[in-house]
Amino acid sequence: MLSYLLFIATIGGIYGLLALSLNLIWGGVGMVNLGLAGFFAVGAYASALLTTVGHAPIAAGWLMALVAGGFAGLVVTLSTTRLREDYLAIVTLGFAEAVRLVASNEIWLTRGTDGISGIPGPWKRALGPDFNGVYFLIVLLAVLVVFFVMRRIDRSPYGRVLRAIREDAQVAQVAGKPVLRFKTEAFVLSAAIAGLAGALYGHFTSYIAPDMFLPLITVYIFLAVASGGTGRPAGALVGAYMVMTLLESSRFFVEWIPGVTAVQRASLKELLIAVALIVVLRLKPSGVLPERVPPAPRPS
Amino acid sequence: MIILQALVNGIVSGTLLAVPAIGFTAMFAVLRFPNFSVSGVATLGAFAGYLAYGAGLQMAGSLAAAFAVAGVAGLAFDKVAHLPLIKQGALPAAIASIATGLILENFVRLGFGNEPRGYDRPIARDVFIGEIRVSPQQLETMGLALLLMLLVFAALAFTRIGKAMRASADNPELAALKGIRPERIATLASFVGMGLVGVGGMLLGLDSSIDPLTGTRILLSLFAAAVLGGLGSVPGAVLGAFLIGMAEELSVLVVGSQYRAAVGFIAILLVLTLRPRGLLGERAY
Repeated sequence: MLSYLLFIATIGGIYGLLALSLNLIWGGVGMVNLGLAGFFAVGAYASALLTTVGHAPIAAGWLMALVAGGFAGLVVTLSTTRLREDYLAIVTLGFAEAVRLVASNEIWLTRGTDGISGIPGPWKRALGPDFNGVYFLIVLLAVLVVFFVMRRIDRSPYGRVLRAIREDAQVAQVAGKPVLRFKTEAFVLSAAIAGLAGALYGHFTSYIAPDMFLPLITVYIFLAVASGGTGRPAGALVGAYMVMTLLESSRFFVEWIPGVTAVQRASLKELLIAVALIVVLRLKPSGVLPERVPPAPRPS
Repeated sequence: MIILQALVNGIVSGTLLAVPAIGFTAMFAVLRFPNFSVSGVATLGAFAGYLAYGAGLQMAGSLAAAFAVAGVAGLAFDKVAHLPLIKQGALPAAIASIATGLILENFVRLGFGNEPRGYDRPIARDVFIGEIRVSPQQLETMGLALLLMLLVFAALAFTRIGKAMRASADNPELAALKGIRPERIATLASFVGMGLVGVGGMLLGLDSSIDPLTGTRILLSLFAAAVLGGLGSVPGAVLGAFLIGMAEELSVLVVGSQYRAAVGFIAILLVLTLRPRGLLGERAY
């Protein structure tokens, strides 16, 4: 039971990182990333390849995941930041599909749909059964670091500029803020965090395959941010654990329905998540922890 | 010769792709958000057509069934889930449409499972024109797709409601001043647009097989066709679909069939970098 709870808490923490990443751009700047699963995958693969094929230390893999995720974010934003917001939606959604395509087909590199197994976990052999506990603490540490960075951004002049761009990019531009630079920076940082989350995921499960990075993950994270509270880092974290709770309880719920096959159970679960997202967006778009905009300091 | 064959294949698949691309871009023009539930709607249309064809309807009748089921489902989701969110902006509606696409995909999976199914069409010998090979079925579906497109263009050009739709897409305020009721135009755009997407799902599934992910697989090509032609431009979507269809077939000769779908993504990035408004679109910022 304890190991099950630790497992849930760890995966929840990884979703929390993704939610913080999404919240930075969606809640912060009002940009969308419908390809979150793609950046998650880029980080997971970058770290897995560097540590298995490249025999690099795990910490180097995680660093690589940050860099790879950020670089992917840069590529995606370069062509779209000048454009209307819906173009970024299309490009990011396409990006996630393209990543899955490359991961399934570049067999020499990613071993295709077989996936990469044997991804090392930190001190896994020495820890034995305690591995899950220690790994949870590592993920918790990562979540806390990112959380405090996000909260710092939220309350800093930088965060105020981001929110100004969200409310009205034209006004921000007129006020002399380099809107494009802010948008690109925020998106790259957000994509880097998603990449890190992917690496933490891969080294925890020790196995990754293209099928683990379906658009469904993106829906989970949108549900997390929307239900927790868009624009508030704490809301993103709370939302991630709410989604995790919903996912796990729905698993017990669908197992309890008689006469359904495994495929039907899985699709019932996905249906439930999708319906939940629409209900939250329609009924409570501000989430359980609504955004609080701190007042700007007055010049003395 | 092999290049010519690839171009012919590209024209065939481009014609089929043009049908859902028109639907997607027309909905975007009127409703002003990218409706990502097209993946689920295309799958739903493919399965509705499959059931109708299995029940003994002819090809045209099955396509009509695909149109009707997809149109009604798409319209219902627009009314219940997407359009109420448009007040908050295009993005919340777009996000919700990912969720509705997922609902439709899993609805189909619940009923049919993941196994691929074929339409069981009569087998006919391929015909050769010179050294170019085409199958009679390809010609039939292509003809039906062309007929459908002709109908859409005629409706947009000559009928009252078609003109009203174009006016509303062009300038909603001005159209409303002229007495065009925006809700009616939105309803029509949802129904016809999604109907076309459903038909497109069936057309593209006819040659191979269909499963719950049929719609997801055509998503990149569909977006690429719409973006290349200019998001919101119906003639642009047709042109874009032909170009993407041909580029995909030609790419098979160069990089192999597994990267067909990547062509769409690369095309989207290139178009948005070099000419964001697309070939026939108006503006993109």
